[in-house]
Amino acid sequence: MTAQIIPSRTAAEAALAEAFANGKAGLPGAEAVARLRDESFAAFARAGLPHRRIESWHYTDLRTLMREALPIAPAPTREQLESLRKEIAALPAQSLLLVDGVFAPELSGALPQGVTATSLAAALASGRPELIESLAAAWADADDSILALNAALMLDGVIVEIAPGAKIAEPIHIVYATLGAEPSARFSRSLVKIGAGACVRIDEISLGLGGRTGQTNNALILEIGDAAEVGHTLALTDGRPGSMRLESFLVKVGARAKFDSFALITGAGLVRRQIFKLFEGPDAQGTLRGVSLLRGREHADTTLFVRHAATGCRGRQNFRYILDGESTGVFQGKVIVSPGAQKTDGKMLAKTLLLGAEATMNSRPELEIFADDVICGHGATCGGLNADQLFYLETRGLPPAAAEALLLDAFAGELVDELGHQGLVAAYRAEVAAWLAARAKSETRSAA
Amino acid sequence: MLEVKNLNVAIGERQILNDLSLSVAPGEIAAIMGPNGSGKSTLAYVIAGKQEYEVLSGEVLLNGENVLELSPDERAAKGLFLAFQYPVEIPGVATMTFLKTALNAQRKQRGEEELTIPEFMKRVKKAGEMLDIKPDMLKRALNVGFSGGEKKRMDIMQMALLEPSFAILDETDSGLDIDAVRIVAQGVNALRSPGRGFLIITHYPRLLDHIVPDTVHVMAGGRIVRSGGKELADELEKTGYREYAGESEELV
Ligand SMILES: Nc1ncnc2c1ncn2[C@@H]1O[C@H](COP(=O)(O)OP(=O)(O)O)[C@@H](O)[C@H]1O
Ligand SMILES: [Mg+2]
Repeated sequence: MTAQIIPSRTAAEAALAEAFANGKAGLPGAEAVARLRDESFAAFARAGLPHRRIESWHYTDLRTLMREALPIAPAPTREQLESLRKEIAALPAQSLLLVDGVFAPELSGALPQGVTATSLAAALASGRPELIESLAAAWADADDSILALNAALMLDGVIVEIAPGAKIAEPIHIVYATLGAEPSARFSRSLVKIGAGACVRIDEISLGLGGRTGQTNNALILEIGDAAEVGHTLALTDGRPGSMRLESFLVKVGARAKFDSFALITGAGLVRRQIFKLFEGPDAQGTLRGVSLLRGREHADTTLFVRHAATGCRGRQNFRYILDGESTGVFQGKVIVSPGAQKTDGKMLAKTLLLGAEATMNSRPELEIFADDVICGHGATCGGLNADQLFYLETRGLPPAAAEALLLDAFAGELVDELGHQGLVAAYRAEVAAWLAARAKSETRSAA
Repeated sequence: MLEVKNLNVAIGERQILNDLSLSVAPGEIAAIMGPNGSGKSTLAYVIAGKQEYEVLSGEVLLNGENVLELSPDERAAKGLFLAFQYPVEIPGVATMTFLKTALNAQRKQRGEEELTIPEFMKRVKKAGEMLDIKPDMLKRALNVGFSGGEKKRMDIMQMALLEPSFAILDETDSGLDIDAVRIVAQGVNALRSPGRGFLIITHYPRLLDHIVPDTVHVMAGGRIVRSGGKELADELEKTGYREYAGESEELV
């Protein structure tokens, strides 16, 4: 028997154990799902909250950072859902609304032909084994205690299925709304299954419903069929000081598929975004991009595991950070080329502008290559604004603050522009501009 | 007009400009010629307000006002313009956006209204045509992927739009073929006016066949060592800078 020294449980760990023990009977899913929950929670309990000695969590020590586990938000009542009608009136068409992690079909928009959406609870009850297998997401690289915790406590989520060959012209939105004045926790798990040859865009947005603190543990699983074309964006722009958002994004890319994903993180309290991208079939293309704009004491961690398990796939990972104040940015990217995944073309780049003297960037790109005929590279830069560029702009009449703002806008905007989609570029450019304006305002305030 | 009086400038431990004095009257085109390393760009940068240089003593007066205490953008608003020896690339900023931002920033500093879009477009079109800058180039990021000649023409286009009262051109001709030199010279000549002064820095006399200067100064070792008229440039064309060898460390 091996004796393992287990550090004493933190208050948050104890509260989570209690929440699971008390709540599991009420969580959706039949026997097989209950077993999955038990196993997942046991895995979480063994590992505990991730801490700095866990390599992939080295810079986001949740054991220290998560002082308490908030009570889990109860499923919203009918009246609560009804009260949202006004708030959601402005949502774009094809919006699938998750209220405190619970899918609200009655508040969600109509879907075009070839697209269906059901709740996680219904899917778990349906006993469709292939759905349950997809939802379990038992991937080699995704052995992570926060993901395990999500599997144990998933209350609901949305299951979207796109029929093979369906060309969906307008984007499908997954909208996260949060209820209630009481700070609470939410666990949701969603799945988007995209049939072979389908073409679709999935945009994840949050609905600002006033001041929001709380703890969110979301997982989104994207299964992309062969030769499908998929665009994806995620706006994590509604965080508040003290809020915690843990986002797991699992993407399986089929043969010859094309996948392009962008995320913007601003206003984070604590954000951990972990992406597990698996190239399953040959000759696919997958791009991940992200911009994090942080100030104050915000902390945003993006950690990637990109596995090339098939030949001839092209992976691009391109991330940028602007860190002001005392904020902390984390970028970890591990690109793994499995044995036999020849002709892999993988590139990863993380660039950071450090504006605050007290800001910190932790950047760790890694390559693990077990095939010989590959082109892989990674790079990371970190520094202040370029003095020659600032001077050049100033000689053209831009005051220093305007020159700085123009360069910052360009730095973040370059990745936004790569979205290529006019409406999205405009929307995300506006988010970046709003962040810069808020930053300028707080600067003048602190200078006064 | 521009007056530089007894300017001493150092970078780090090293003094680069030595008691340099120079005066350029309104409407005058003055040329500064000199070997590489003689301090020509340093002079241009100090006048424009680059921070890394330490002004030990001396004055720079623009239209009678000492500008050494002003920031670069304030100097620009007062009518100063520098065309860079190496124009800087600004990724992610569309050239057209930049032109509008710069023009309106200066107008704002001077308390003037922003230009209307049609008026702005009209001016851009006119300057672009004069300097052979295609509309397509204005959509690209400023100077990114531009050829050496395109960058120089873009700088002159900015000058044409910003209408400075005093312009310094730092080796705008270097790296250009003869046709590009002609286009640039045409741009400069079109802006010649009784109220506008120019300081043309060049290593090669040939530019001065196209932009005929009123005065020519030879700079070596961080000071003006000779001054004269256009004939001085012609003389340098024959003799080169050998004569000034003792004055400068690096002679080419
Ligand atoms: N930023 C700098 N740091 C150190 N030395 C410099 C810097 N800028 C200029 N110098 C030095 O000052 C001298 C003059 O340079 P510069 O003004 O560029 O000459 P020119 O333009 O006439 O070729 C050179 O010896 C150069 O090496
Ligand atoms: Mg020079």
